[in-house]
Amino acid sequence: MKTKASNEVTLEFPSHSSNEAFARSAAACFVSQMDPTLNELEDIKTSVSEAVTNVIVHAYPDSIGKIVMKLRVYPGNMLELTVKDQGRGIADVDQARVPMFTTGGEERSGMGFTIMESFMDQLSVRSVPGRGTTVTMKKKLMPRIKSTK
Amino acid sequence: MEIQAKSADRNLLLEFCGELDHHGARGALREVELAIDAALPRMLVMDFAGVTFMDSSGIALILRAQQRMQLLDGSLQVRNVPGQARRVLDAAGIGRLVNIK
Ligand SMILES: Nc1ncnc2c1ncn2[C@@H]1O[C@H](COP(=O)(O)OP(=O)(O)O)[C@@H](O)[C@H]1O
Ligand SMILES: [Mg+2]
Repeated sequence: MKTKASNEVTLEFPSHSSNEAFARSAAACFVSQMDPTLNELEDIKTSVSEAVTNVIVHAYPDSIGKIVMKLRVYPGNMLELTVKDQGRGIADVDQARVPMFTTGGEERSGMGFTIMESFMDQLSVRSVPGRGTTVTMKKKLMPRIKSTK
Repeated sequence: MEIQAKSADRNLLLEFCGELDHHGARGALREVELAIDAALPRMLVMDFAGVTFMDSSGIALILRAQQRMQLLDGSLQVRNVPGQARRVLDAAGIGRLVNIK
């Protein structure tokens, strides 16, 4: 059975590299309602940056395509973040997730998935070559004691 | 992303300012390589005090700079890394490969 998200937002934008910073800020803005710590906020922004950059660099290498980013809040201060493209896809997802594996040039490090894994609690990657990729990440934020004043 | 180069006595200091993501780092690698090739330093210091955000694009930049310095038999030190960028380097285990102060 699926629990219903208590809040959600969907953003659709073209894969211009200038939208990396936009996606990070937009995600941070939405997440602020969950009262995150500074570290949690930075971890989420970094993970957004990695996922969105992958679409810009790898999914649509020679064209501008559509990126759909969804953020959902679930009860228990759980955040779900998905980044979806209709680009080139990944033939071997397990290989793509290996640290330092990259099909990019010298400006890539192959550490994007490793960082998403480390900064979020859960990462899943679904991809169909020629059809596109959906990256889903989950992170439970620390419950904060609400100040009474 | 802005890069300021200062070089003296075959020491090259590169000061990075701004967001070191894929967008911000475009051209940065070339700039770093050109600065190294012009100064032929024994020691390269990359100062990250002004880096307001960094993702794995910054890791690639550091690793490429390190490779270039190894070709010159020189060394690299990365300095003044702010908290967010530091956690990115730690998550990737870069501290085992690169001298971070
Ligand atoms: N959205 C995507 N579409 C197509 N390929 C992707 C996508 N995301 C990741 N990849 C593939 O997975 C590899 C590893 O990604 P990552 O860990 O972020 O490292 P990097 O981006 O530095 O190459 C990429 O080199 C690319 O081959
Ligand atoms: Mg990547």
